Amino acid sequence: MISFAVNGSTHNFDGDEDMPLLWFLREDAQLKGTKFGCGIAQCGACTVHVDGEAMRSCSIPVGSLNGARVTTIEGLAENGALHPVQRAWLEEDVPQCGYCQAGQIMAAAEFLQNYPEPTDHDIDDNITNLCRCGTYVRIRRAIHRAAQLMKAEG
Amino acid sequence: MAVFDLSPDRRTFLKVSAVGGGLMIFAPQLSGAKPAEAEGDGQIGLYVKINSDNSVIIGSPGSEIGQGTQTSLPMLVAEELDVDFAAVETELMPFLTGAGENGRPQQLAFTSGAGGSDAIWGSYDGARQAGAAARHLILRAAARRFDVPVAALSTEKGTVRHAASGRSLTYGELAADAARESLPEGELPLKERRDHTIIGKPQKHKDVRAIVTGEPRFGIDQDYPGALHAVIARSPYLDGRVRNVDDSAARAMPGVRHIVAIARPGPGENPALNNLAAGVAVVADSLWIAMKARDALRIDWAPGPVREDSRAEYAKAYEALKGRGQVVHEDGAFDRALDQAAQVVEAQYEVPLVSHSPLEPQNCIADIRGDCVTIIAPTQSPGRAARLVAEIAGVDPLSVEVRVVRCGGGFGRRLYQDPVVEAALISKAIGKPVKLQWSREDDMAHDFYRPGGIHHMIAGLDGNGRVTAWAHRLASHSRIFREADAAEGFWRSELVPDDFPGQLIPNYRMEYFYLPSAAPRGFWRAPISTSNAFAVQSFVDEVAAASGQDPLGLRLALLGDQMRDIRYDNHGGPNWNPGRMANVVKKAAAEAGWGENLPGGKGRGLAFHFTFGTYVAQIADVTVQSNGSFKVERVVAAADCGIPVNPNGIRAQMEGGVNDALSTALGQEITIRDGQVEQANFDTYDMMRIDRSVANVDMHIVESGGPVRGMGEPPVPPLAPAVTNALFNATGKRIRKLPIRDQLRS
Repeated sequence: MISFAVNGSTHNFDGDEDMPLLWFLREDAQLKGTKFGCGIAQCGACTVHVDGEAMRSCSIPVGSLNGARVTTIEGLAENGALHPVQRAWLEEDVPQCGYCQAGQIMAAAEFLQNYPEPTDHDIDDNITNLCRCGTYVRIRRAIHRAAQLMKAEG
Repeated sequence: MAVFDLSPDRRTFLKVSAVGGGLMIFAPQLSGAKPAEAEGDGQIGLYVKINSDNSVIIGSPGSEIGQGTQTSLPMLVAEELDVDFAAVETELMPFLTGAGENGRPQQLAFTSGAGGSDAIWGSYDGARQAGAAARHLILRAAARRFDVPVAALSTEKGTVRHAASGRSLTYGELAADAARESLPEGELPLKERRDHTIIGKPQKHKDVRAIVTGEPRFGIDQDYPGALHAVIARSPYLDGRVRNVDDSAARAMPGVRHIVAIARPGPGENPALNNLAAGVAVVADSLWIAMKARDALRIDWAPGPVREDSRAEYAKAYEALKGRGQVVHEDGAFDRALDQAAQVVEAQYEVPLVSHSPLEPQNCIADIRGDCVTIIAPTQSPGRAARLVAEIAGVDPLSVEVRVVRCGGGFGRRLYQDPVVEAALISKAIGKPVKLQWSREDDMAHDFYRPGGIHHMIAGLDGNGRVTAWAHRLASHSRIFREADAAEGFWRSELVPDDFPGQLIPNYRMEYFYLPSAAPRGFWRAPISTSNAFAVQSFVDEVAAASGQDPLGLRLALLGDQMRDIRYDNHGGPNWNPGRMANVVKKAAAEAGWGENLPGGKGRGLAFHFTFGTYVAQIADVTVQSNGSFKVERVVAAADCGIPVNPNGIRAQMEGGVNDALSTALGQEITIRDGQVEQANFDTYDMMRIDRSVANVDMHIVESGGPVRGMGEPPVPPLAPAVTNALFNATGKRIRKLPIRDQLRS
């Protein structure tokens, strides 16, 4: 039996431990915000936080998660207030098709923990999620804006 | 692809009803169609709903693939309705079927797909009429309430005012009464362009909050009662077949319910089957079990009749170009003009097959049980989906319900209904609803690729540097793939004689060589235009360089500065205007500082293209390092799409289109070896990440008074040649083959 928390709720799992976390989230927990894009940790559409670290859930077997704390896009807002990265995404009106954006936001949220005042170079070196629509102009702006929001709010 | 097509009789297509004390204007299902109750509370084909609490919901009839129509189409309705757009909610309209002319069943065009950058102009008049109709009903209700003529009333952001008495009522207060009024006959007068308060003003996209909070809006997110999960092992060989399958291990896995063979249609078989790959479907209780069971299948694949090798095919194309092809267009006398030319310039450009790779892999829910047929699919063409599924299910097309859901990217891939057909075949075979899911590998190996080809360009110039002769000789695949009687279509899908510089050079020839391939091809964002713009706009630059002319000056000389319509016998026509293009080019050049000296290692390149009625020019600035690596620092863009409905959406499409096109130009290529597609996933197919993207896209909207046109595709074609022209400007090295990759390093 594997026991782990998703967005604060405990899940006990006794199924196939090889199943990637992505499919547990989408199919078992019905949390569809985490997206399937490539299945080989290349595109980042499935990015979630595992114990606070941004990881690609398509390549994490559920069996490796005993005791872990998982946060998905559905759990990023706290007490009904959107995370500053989500607000920045709204303010910059980032999405086009929108499919990659949950993963982009999860990646950016963790990135800003490590780079609270990021340069463009920091973004280039650390944000590796794919966007086929090419919304990178606004993703970059939104990351900078989120950094400002987070700084202003302490 | 007309979206809001209200002809011939608007009253047949717009219906009014009172729902919950509000006003609803909707498109009805016509005779023979499913009853309205099928859509829950009767909100079928919703255009406008005004609730008594003053909230307003506007339906959007187009497939949303990221081009922003769920915002821009409702803007058109809201403009004439006269409401605060920031407070309006929008939703996707369901796809409607109905009886067409002569009572023949057909899919009506109320809700439609996404293709040809058509949504905004296809809806421009009809959507505004729908908004005007709703406002008209509200005004009539207000006139009765106040006992004054309609002409004495005015509206402002959801409120009706009677200026003479100072009285006012909100739309919500009038909605129930308005629902009892009848629609007027004939067209309602619409606002003049100068009076618009929503059209032409930047509006944020409506669905962003749902996206940033992870709401389940996409096809892949949908569930269906009782649906089993299906995946398919498809032939890795183009035109391959299943020779033998051992499914014993898969069948033995708990939760596996069915194994279903999918046959590839042979020559002359039902084209509705849409060139399916031969395969074996596994149907299971969960997606994960289905995926594991697919891995447990032991399939002996028979290769297709041709063990195609794309590199060898390109070599053959270069050989073919040495001979004479099919002359598909000739103005003047090219051969004679070339003989008489003082200078001849020649170059060849190569473009690869490329994949669509929308980030949401293909998926479809199908429920085919007897006469009850339901499809839930992220599709750009719900009409085609409904027709194909009706054929498979053997039912009246009117009884097919297609639920349109948000698409995780489209780019043309979702015009093709093979995932819908597969899901329908599986559901029919097992008699249960099924959700089919493709993997990324499935998607990349079984695409309808953008055609590749080799463009041989020849120009003759007179002693004054004037271009007197021009030939565009193309050896390429065709976008037309295995359609009956397509011979003429082969070249027409790849060459546009009326494109620049056609009609602008007196002796002008187009010649075509058809390259067969077993790889399916199809529409890819701005089809035809991406390859041709690369060849033409690169070659104009080469001609300018060879004859010592400024690349901007030569382009403007060819375009002329006269505003005049000339023929455009292709999508986006019937005319185009070289003068409008010249204005767009000049605007981009002025904003970019064209002509100024650049420091070493920097380069600046220009390109333009007319795509689907919209004029776009782009100027790329690059920095090249001594080791040949480079970065696109800035793209200055100017676009004239007629009336700019949502300037925010237009900027978004330019920013995204520039980066999508750069991604494609930098590294994307599909190759075929031994009859198999070599690329499998994003580790072997190089999609650009943020580190190589253009951060600075400086976009300028040029409004020339032209008719409204789309922006989904036009930003793409000029980008690759703008970048390669800039690389030439920086280094003197000409990139004639896409993708660019590391050609500057060699």
